[in-house]
Amino acid sequence: MSETLPYYQTGTFAVGGRLLTPEQRAVQSDPDRMNAITKGHRACQGCGEALGARYAMDAAVRAADGRVIAANATGCLEVFSTPYPESSWRVPWIHSLFGNAPAVATGVAAALRAKGRTDVRVIGQGGDGGTVDIGFGALSGMFERGDDVLYVCYDNEGYMNTGVQRSAATPPAARTATTEPVGGQPGNSFGQGKSAPLIAMAHEIPYVATATVGELRDLEAKVTRAMEFHGPRYIHVLVPCPLGWGSATNETIQIARLAKETGMFPVFEAVDGAITSVSKIRRRVPVEQYLRGQKRYAHLFSGEGRPDIVARLQAAADRNIERFGLLDDGDENVNIDLLEVLATSERGPQ
Amino acid sequence: MREQLEGSQGIARTVARCRPEVVSAYPITPQTHIVEALSRMVRSGDLEHCEYVNVESEFSAMSVAIGASATGARTYTATASQGLLYMAEALFNASGLGLPIVMTVANRAIGSPINIWNDHSDAMSMRDCGWIQLYAADNQEALDLHIQAFFLAEALSVPVMVCMDGFVLTHAFEPLEIPLQNDVDAFLGPFEPRQVLDPDDPVTIGAMVGPEAFTEVRYLSHIKQMQALDLIPEVSADFRERFGREAGGLFSCLHTDDAETIVIVLGSVFGTIADVVDDLREQGSSIGVLSLKSFRPFPTEELRAALSGAKRVVTLERALQVGVGGIVSENVRSALSGTSIPTHTVIAGLGGRPITRKTLRPLFATAMAGELPEVHFLDLREDVIEREIWRASEGSHTGPHAESILRNIGIVRAEPV
Repeated sequence: MSETLPYYQTGTFAVGGRLLTPEQRAVQSDPDRMNAITKGHRACQGCGEALGARYAMDAAVRAADGRVIAANATGCLEVFSTPYPESSWRVPWIHSLFGNAPAVATGVAAALRAKGRTDVRVIGQGGDGGTVDIGFGALSGMFERGDDVLYVCYDNEGYMNTGVQRSAATPPAARTATTEPVGGQPGNSFGQGKSAPLIAMAHEIPYVATATVGELRDLEAKVTRAMEFHGPRYIHVLVPCPLGWGSATNETIQIARLAKETGMFPVFEAVDGAITSVSKIRRRVPVEQYLRGQKRYAHLFSGEGRPDIVARLQAAADRNIERFGLLDDGDENVNIDLLEVLATSERGPQ
Repeated sequence: MREQLEGSQGIARTVARCRPEVVSAYPITPQTHIVEALSRMVRSGDLEHCEYVNVESEFSAMSVAIGASATGARTYTATASQGLLYMAEALFNASGLGLPIVMTVANRAIGSPINIWNDHSDAMSMRDCGWIQLYAADNQEALDLHIQAFFLAEALSVPVMVCMDGFVLTHAFEPLEIPLQNDVDAFLGPFEPRQVLDPDDPVTIGAMVGPEAFTEVRYLSHIKQMQALDLIPEVSADFRERFGREAGGLFSCLHTDDAETIVIVLGSVFGTIADVVDDLREQGSSIGVLSLKSFRPFPTEELRAALSGAKRVVTLERALQVGVGGIVSENVRSALSGTSIPTHTVIAGLGGRPITRKTLRPLFATAMAGELPEVHFLDLREDVIEREIWRASEGSHTGPHAESILRNIGIVRAEPV
C-alpha cells in the first residue's frame, strides 16, 4: 500500500475532496448536506464539540436519508445550540435533562417501534459529563437492553459548561477548577477515571468506536458505519475545548491529532465487543508536545517543571500504544479506511 | 361485568384498554403488580402496538416516557415512594415540556426510616412538580380515574398522576368493573399530540429559556391547571354519562351540606371515615366528610363554597410537612382565608399505621366539641417519644432514633395501636 502514500499532501494527512469520486467525498463537501446544526449557534471560537457534532450529525442524517431524531443531554452543545428563541437544529431535536439523554433516546426509539416507523433513526448525544458521569446508568441501560440508538459522546474531558470542573473523563495531571495543582498535587489524580468506550464494548453492543475531530473523515466514516447497524451503538469523540484546555482556538484540530499521535487517545472501532481496527499512529510524538500546547498542563512545565509527572503521562501513552497496537508494524495499512478510499479512487493524481 | 380482581390487575387491564403505545417501568413495591401485568399483556400479544421498556431506574422510566411522549406515543408508567423521588427531576421536566404522560402512584411512605406501607408522603412531596394529581377513594375509582387521566392529559397536554393507596388499594381484591374496550375507545379517541418529534416537520423541544420568557412559560403551566379545574368536573360528568358510574371530579361530599364539622380526606381512608360519619349522623351529630379527588390543581374556590357553612374544618392527611404540620390543610386554610372558620390538621396513618374507627370516633367527638388542637397527631405514642427524647439527651453518642424506638416498643411483637 506504500504506493498510495503520495496521495497525501506534503506534511499533512489531508486529502482534497476533488481527488475523490462524488460518492467518496466527505459529507461536509456536499453542498446539499443538511447542516443539521446550522450557523448562528453560540459555541466558543475553536470549539471542538460544535465541529464534531456537525460532522457526526450530518453523516448520520445522510446515512438515514434525512430521517433522524436527536435527543441531547444538557451541556455546552445544548446551551450553545438553542439560545431562546433560536435553534441551530434542523433535525427534530429534544433536550430533557443532564443525565437522561440515553433514556430519552430509548423512549423515542420505543415510540417509533410502537408506531411501526422503521424509516426514522435515533441519535442520542451529550458531553463527557452527561455521558460518562451523570448519564452513565441510563447509557448502560440503553446498551444492555439493545435499544436501537446511536449515542455519540463529545468528550472534552471535563465539565466545561459549568466552568471547567473534573469529570471521570478528565485525564491525569490536568488542571480543572476542582483539580488545581496546588499543595504539591499534580492536577487531576492518577489512577482515576474510566474508559467509556471499553465499558461500552463490555456490553457487547454491535458497534463501538472512538474518533477525534483531528480526523473528521474518520469520524464521518465511523458514524456512517454505525448507521449500518441496528441496536445500541456508541461513538466517543475527542473534542478539544480551547476554553477548558487553555489551547489556542486555531489549534483545536492540531491538538486533537496530537492526542492520537502521542497515544494519549487511542482511536479504534469494535464490533460485537471485539476491536476490529485501530487507527495507527502515523508519526509518533512524545506526549510533551501534546501537553505543552495546553495551559491545563502548564504547571508541569513552569519553574523546575514536573518531569516525573510528564514521564507518568508518557508511560500511560506508551501503555495505550502497546495495548491497542497503535504503532504500525510495517505490515498493516495506515489508517485503513482512508487508504482504502484512496486505493479505489479513480481520480487520484498519478 | 364485575369481576373479583386485585386492584393492580384492574388498573393494568384498564390501562391496557387505554391503548398505551409505550410503557416504561422499574420495579418498586407496591406498584409492581400493575407493571408486571402490563408486561405480560404486551408479551402475550393481548396488548398490541405497545412497547414495554424494562428500565434501570425510575429516573430512566420517566425519561423514556418523556422521549416516547414527545414522539407522539401515548405513554404510561407507574411508581411509588422512593421511585417517585428518584424521578423528581424528570417529573418537573415532563410537565415543563407539556407532555401528557399518565402515571400511577401507588402511594407509599418515604424513608428514612425505610417503610413500604401506605401514606401520601411521596405524591405530596411532588405537589409542585406541575403534574395534575388525582386521588382515588377506592379501586373502582382508581380504574376509572386512569381513563379520565389520559383524556385530561391529552386535552391539556399536561402529565397526570393517579394516586392510589399502596397495598390498601393496589393489593385489595374486590369486585371491579373493567371498562369495555369500545367504551374506552369512544371516550378517549386517538392521541393527537400538540408537539411531536418528526423529521417531516422538525421542531426543537426543550430549548434554553432565560428570564425574558421563563415566567410566561411557567404561567402557561399554571393556566393549564386552572383550565383543569373546569375540565375535571366536565370529564367526570361525561364519564358518568357514558359509563354509569361516579368517578373523579374535584371532590365528593357526604353529609356536608348542613354539617357543622367537615372532615377533609384524600384516598381510601374515605371509606372508613364515611362509616364513622354515617354512625355519628345516626346519633344526631352534625358532621360530614369531603373526599378530595383533585389535589393539583387545588380547587380553592369550589372548596370555599362547599365549606362555607361549616363551623370547623378538620383535614385528616397521611403526610407530614416537617416543621409545619399539614400539607393539604395549608391549602384548605388558604381556601378559607377571610372566613372565620377554624381549621385543624390531623396527621394520621403515616407509614401504614391503620386509621381505625376506634380512634376516629373520639377524635371527631373532640373536634365537634371544639377541643381539637390546630395540629394533632393521631395515635401518637407519646410515652415512646418522651422516653426517646430523654434517652437521646443522656449522652452524645446515643445512636439512631429508629432502632432505639423499635427496641423500646418491642420489635418482636406486633404493637397494637
